[in-house]
Amino acid sequence: MMEIGIHHYLAVSAIIFTIGIFGIFVNRKNVVIVLMSVELILLAVNINFVAFSAHLNDLTGQVFALFILTVAAAEAAVGLAILVVYFRNRGDISVDHINMMKG
Amino acid sequence: MTDLVFNISLMLPEVFLVLSALILLLLGAFGGRKMTSTVNLAAIVVLVVAAGLVLYKIPDEGSKELFAGALKLDYLAVFGKFIALLATAFSLLLAYGYLKTENRLSPEFAILYLFAALGMMIMVSANDLLSLYIGVEMQSLALYVLAASNRDSLRSSESGLKYFVLGALSSGLLLYGASLIYGFSGATRFDGIYEVVANGGSIGLMIGIVFLLCGLAFKVSAAPFHMWTPDVYEGAPTPVTAFFSVAPKIAAIILIARILFEPFLAMIADWQQVIIAISVLSLTVGYLGAIQQKNIKRLMAYSSIANMGYAMIALATGTISGMSGLLFFMVLYLISTLGVFACILAMRRSEGMVEQIEDLAGLSRTKPALALALTILLFSVAGVPPAAGFFGKYFIFVAAVDANLTWLAIYGAVASVVGAFVYLRLVKIIWFDEPAVEFVPVKFSQGAVVALSAVLMLPGAIWLLPALMEWSQTVAASLFLVNG
Repeated sequence: MMEIGIHHYLAVSAIIFTIGIFGIFVNRKNVVIVLMSVELILLAVNINFVAFSAHLNDLTGQVFALFILTVAAAEAAVGLAILVVYFRNRGDISVDHINMMKG
Repeated sequence: MTDLVFNISLMLPEVFLVLSALILLLLGAFGGRKMTSTVNLAAIVVLVVAAGLVLYKIPDEGSKELFAGALKLDYLAVFGKFIALLATAFSLLLAYGYLKTENRLSPEFAILYLFAALGMMIMVSANDLLSLYIGVEMQSLALYVLAASNRDSLRSSESGLKYFVLGALSSGLLLYGASLIYGFSGATRFDGIYEVVANGGSIGLMIGIVFLLCGLAFKVSAAPFHMWTPDVYEGAPTPVTAFFSVAPKIAAIILIARILFEPFLAMIADWQQVIIAISVLSLTVGYLGAIQQKNIKRLMAYSSIANMGYAMIALATGTISGMSGLLFFMVLYLISTLGVFACILAMRRSEGMVEQIEDLAGLSRTKPALALALTILLFSVAGVPPAAGFFGKYFIFVAAVDANLTWLAIYGAVASVVGAFVYLRLVKIIWFDEPAVEFVPVKFSQGAVVALSAVLMLPGAIWLLPALMEWSQTVAASLFLVNG
C-alpha cells in the first residue's frame, strides 16, 4: 500500500491548476467555461493550502482556505453580474465574439 | 480587550471610511434621485478627510503592527494611504463632473470608489499574505464593476468582462504563489517569511515569489501581463480609466515593494532577474505599442505600461535610493497622468467625448490655456527636463547606476527617447495642425484638476520636488531600517 504524502497533494493541485489555466486560454466557446476554470484555479490553491496546513500542523492554511472560498463566492457573483450585463448588450457570450476592441 | 480598542483607534481612517461608505450607501439606496449629487460630493469630502486622518495617525515609534501582525502601520503605509486616497478623491471629482454632463450620475459610483480606496488602504498596510489577498480582492472587485459601470454600452461591459476574467486569473496566480510561500516557509506573516528567507531560501519559495509577482504585475499592468490594459482603458468610461491609471497603480507598486524589500530582500539574486525582465519588456511593449495608437485612451494605456517599466527598474535595484526614487517617480507620474486625463475629459464636442488623437488638432487656437496645460503635462510624462517628470526618471536612473545596473539605466534612457516621440507627436498636433472640431466650454471641476496638476508639474515643482524628495527618502529609510 502506497503512502499518500504531501507530494501527491501538490501534484494533484498542480495538475488542476494547469487545467484551469488552459481552460481560460484554450477554450474558444463560452465565457461560463472561463468562470468555471477560474474556480478550478482557486480550488487547486485551496488543496495546496489545506495539504500544507496538515503537513505543517499549522491552522493558518485552513483559515486561509476558508477566506479564499468566501472571496471566490463574491468574485463569482460579480463575474456573473458583469456577464449578464454583457449578454444584454451583445446577445451572446461566445469567447470568439468578445472582439469589439482589438486586444 | 483594550488592545483591540487601541488597534481600532489606530485604524481610524479605515473605520471612518467604512462607516461613511455604509451611511452613504443607505442614503443613496433610500434617498432617491435627489440624494445622488449629495452622495457623490460627500464621498469626495470623506476621501479628503480620511487622507487627513491618515497623516494624523502616524505612530510615534515609526512602525506598529496591528491585529496580531495582520496589518502594519508604518511610514510606507501612511505614504501609500495618503497618496491613494487623494488620487481617488481627485478621480471621483473628475467622474462627478463627467457623469453630471452625461446625465448618468448614480450613488453606487461613489460607493464603489470608496470601497476600492479601502482595499488600497489594506493593500499598502498588509503585513500578512492573507490581508494582502483580501486587500487586492477588495480593490479589484470594485474596479471590475466600475469598468462595466456604463451598463448600456457594449464597449464598457466588454471591458468589464475582460478585466474580470484576466483579473481573476491574476488573483489565481497570486494565490498559488501565496500557497507555495506558506508551504515552504510555514508562515503567512511577513516577519515569519523573512526569518526563513534570511536563513537561506528554497526553490519552493522562489517559485512562490515568482507566481506572486506575476499576479501583482497583472494588477500594475506591467508587460508581459498587460494584455487587458488597452482594451479596458478604451472601453471603460473615461473618468474610470483615469482612476485605473492612478490609484490602483500606487497601491499595487507599494505592495510589491513591501514584499520584495521586507520578507524577500535576502533573495534579491533570485527575484532581481524577474523584475529586470518585466521592466525591459514593459518599456519595449509600452512605447512600441503607443506609437501606433490613434485613440488617446489606448495611447495612455500603453504609456502607463511603459511607465511601470521605470518603476520596475527602481524595484530591481533593491536599495534605499531605488525605493525613494520609486515613490518619488510614482507620485509625479500620478499627478501628470491625472492631469492628462482631466484634459481629455475637458475636451468635449457638443455630440460627445473626444477620443481620437486627430481631434486634438489646433487645440492651441481654440483653447490656448488648456493646450498649454496639456503640453506641460505631456512634457512631464515624457520626462523633458524643465517639467517635474524628468526628475522622477532621473533619480531612478541614478539609483540603477549605483546598484550596478548601468545597462538597464541606459535602456531606460533610450526608451524615454522613443517615448518622447509619442508624446511630442501629440504636442505637434495640438500646436501646429489646423483646428478640426469645436469644443464646448470646460467644466469647473475638470479645469481645476488640469490647472492644479499643470501648476504642480512646472512652476510649482520648485517647492513640490524638495518636499516630496524628503518625504520619500524618510519613507524608504524607515522601510530598510526595519530589516536592519
